Amino acid sequence: MKTLVWVEHEGGALKDATLSAVTAAAKLGEVHLLVAGEGVGGVAEAAAKIAGVGKVHVADNAAYAHALPEAVAPLIVELMGHHDAFVAPATSTAKNIAPRVAALLDVMQVSDILSVEGDKTFTRPIYAGNAIATVKSNDAKLVITVRGTAFEKAAKDGGSGAIEAVSAATSGEGSKFVGAEISKSERPELTSAKVIVSGGRALASSENFHSVIEPLADKLGAAVGASRAAVDAGYVPNDYQVGQTGKIVAPEVYVAVGISGAIQHLAGMKDSKTIIAINKDEDAPIFQVADIGLVGDLFTIVPELTSKL
Amino acid sequence: MKVLVPVKRVIDYNVKPRVKMDGTGVDLANVKMSMNPFDEIAVEEAIRLKEKGVATEVVVVSIGPAKAQETCRTALAMGADRAILIQTDETVEPLGVAKLLKAVADEEQPGLVILGKQAIDDDSNQTGQMLAALMGRPQGTFASKVEVSGDTVTVTREVDGGLETVALTIPAIITTDLRLNEPRYASLPNIMKAKSKPLAAKTPADYGVDIAPRLETLTVAEPPKRSAGIKVADVDELVAKLKALGVAA
Ligand SMILES: Cc1cc2nc3c(=O)[nH]c(=O)nc-3n(C[C@H](O)[C@H](O)[C@H](O)COP(=O)(O)OP(=O)(O)OC[C@H]3O[C@@H](n4cnc5c(N)ncnc54)[C@H](O)[C@@H]3O)c2cc1C
Ligand SMILES: Nc1ncnc2c1ncn2[C@@H]1O[C@H](COP(=O)(O)O)[C@@H](O)[C@H]1O
Repeated sequence: MKTLVWVEHEGGALKDATLSAVTAAAKLGEVHLLVAGEGVGGVAEAAAKIAGVGKVHVADNAAYAHALPEAVAPLIVELMGHHDAFVAPATSTAKNIAPRVAALLDVMQVSDILSVEGDKTFTRPIYAGNAIATVKSNDAKLVITVRGTAFEKAAKDGGSGAIEAVSAATSGEGSKFVGAEISKSERPELTSAKVIVSGGRALASSENFHSVIEPLADKLGAAVGASRAAVDAGYVPNDYQVGQTGKIVAPEVYVAVGISGAIQHLAGMKDSKTIIAINKDEDAPIFQVADIGLVGDLFTIVPELTSKL
Repeated sequence: MKVLVPVKRVIDYNVKPRVKMDGTGVDLANVKMSMNPFDEIAVEEAIRLKEKGVATEVVVVSIGPAKAQETCRTALAMGADRAILIQTDETVEPLGVAKLLKAVADEEQPGLVILGKQAIDDDSNQTGQMLAALMGRPQGTFASKVEVSGDTVTVTREVDGGLETVALTIPAIITTDLRLNEPRYASLPNIMKAKSKPLAAKTPADYGVDIAPRLETLTVAEPPKRSAGIKVADVDELVAKLKALGVAA
């Protein structure tokens, strides 16, 4: 089987999410990549070095600058003329594009796969991860998105893929990019961090998030996450949200501070290696999944913990 | 401008789903069912557009069993004008749903179709994007803000790195994220009124669309269980644990 893997990139750099998708694709067959964007020569060169990669198709064109699905989906459909599977990391960009590709190819997408069980058989989470379905596709071509935390990352070097320019430009009608507000942070990215400190509604203000959660995260070299309640209340921006509808994370250590442990939150972090919970309610559901729990008031516990590290 | 809102009947988000012993699916017998939370947000947004004088009519459509009537009535009680129920006891996959919705949109000619970004049962996150592809229309997915001005709808989208804004030419497809709005509760008088609002009963066959499933579910299993660990007594013990884990010096 010949696969076409969507290369996720930002600011001229390849994103790690791509590497898990490559691992999943390699289980299906030959791995080809697609780098779409404007001024993406550097990304293509980095992509060609990923271990196990065959061809790298590069569509370098202003039409693809913001990965608008109206423009990118027809390009992918064209390339799918000589590929059997489109494989994309389950990022917000690819989740926007892949179903559009699937519909144009008249196939059902298999979303968010956790494993490859056979040629066309996969497992995927349903009901916020409370059940795992094994599904087999009966379509001629496959369109798949890959849950990053479920697959090892392919090595960033060792490969020597052949770079090939895609000349045709497809332009999307009716959609125009207006702007973006991308959060900048010196911290590790949530989806690839080894340690995460997350705060919930109990933090009660944006100031408390800064003065209580961040110093602990600094001490642990951790990324900062949040529950939906904390995001909705405006303590932190939306891209901090962990859960069914936020980011899916699986760090070595996840510290949940003042988070009750609703199933929608657990859906995003219960595959973390070690879960630590700090909550004043000893019956909070988070303690049912926590490896290490400490019952008490976060406003005394967390500063004390930070000072003792 | 007409607004079309697809609404799905799903397990209530407060219920913890249980996998059936025989591995064929999740047990839905005697389980509380509700409108998919993202679809409530979509209905709310459509009603707000009508209240602002931007939309003239809000039509909801549900594909599902006879009981999905309740879901339609809930939307009508919130303020939608009329409903279409495409009744079937079969599981219809997102691709099939998108094809049926396209057939409805061809008849109704809505300016906007507002869907939820994902159904909390299948967690597919596909239908809106597929509908946009089948209709050849622009899409604004994961919307946290929607503004209509003339024949353009400006959509602020929640993306991995923060927010992104796109301007789409109407007709367009939108899918909602959680922070777009807070859906209203239907008042008792409105629940009463909803009982006499029109609800058209259809079947997939009426639209001549092939909705045969493409995916075969072989088994449904419980995820690996996590068991509760230990509780530590104080911060010093926690510090020791963090050191043992190698994350603190
Ligand atoms: C469709 C849908 C999707 C959703 N998706 C997500 C998602 O992706 N991510 C997500 O997180 N949520 C999601 N939710 C929301 C989810 O259901 C919960 O409402 C949310 O996770 C609760 O956040 P919380 O734990 O911070 O707040 P709460 O549930 O209010 O918990 C606060 C906790 O803090 C504790 N506490 C209070 N004060 C202190 C103190 N001083 N010291 C220590 N502990 C204290 C309390 O005991 C309590 O356990 C979703 C909901 C729906 C309907
Ligand atoms: N059976 C259905 N009836 C009506 N709308 C649906 C149905 N299935 C999906 N949808 C719509 O499509 C959205 C996304 O669903 P999904 O792609 O299954 O995650 C939902 O939030 C609904 O708005």
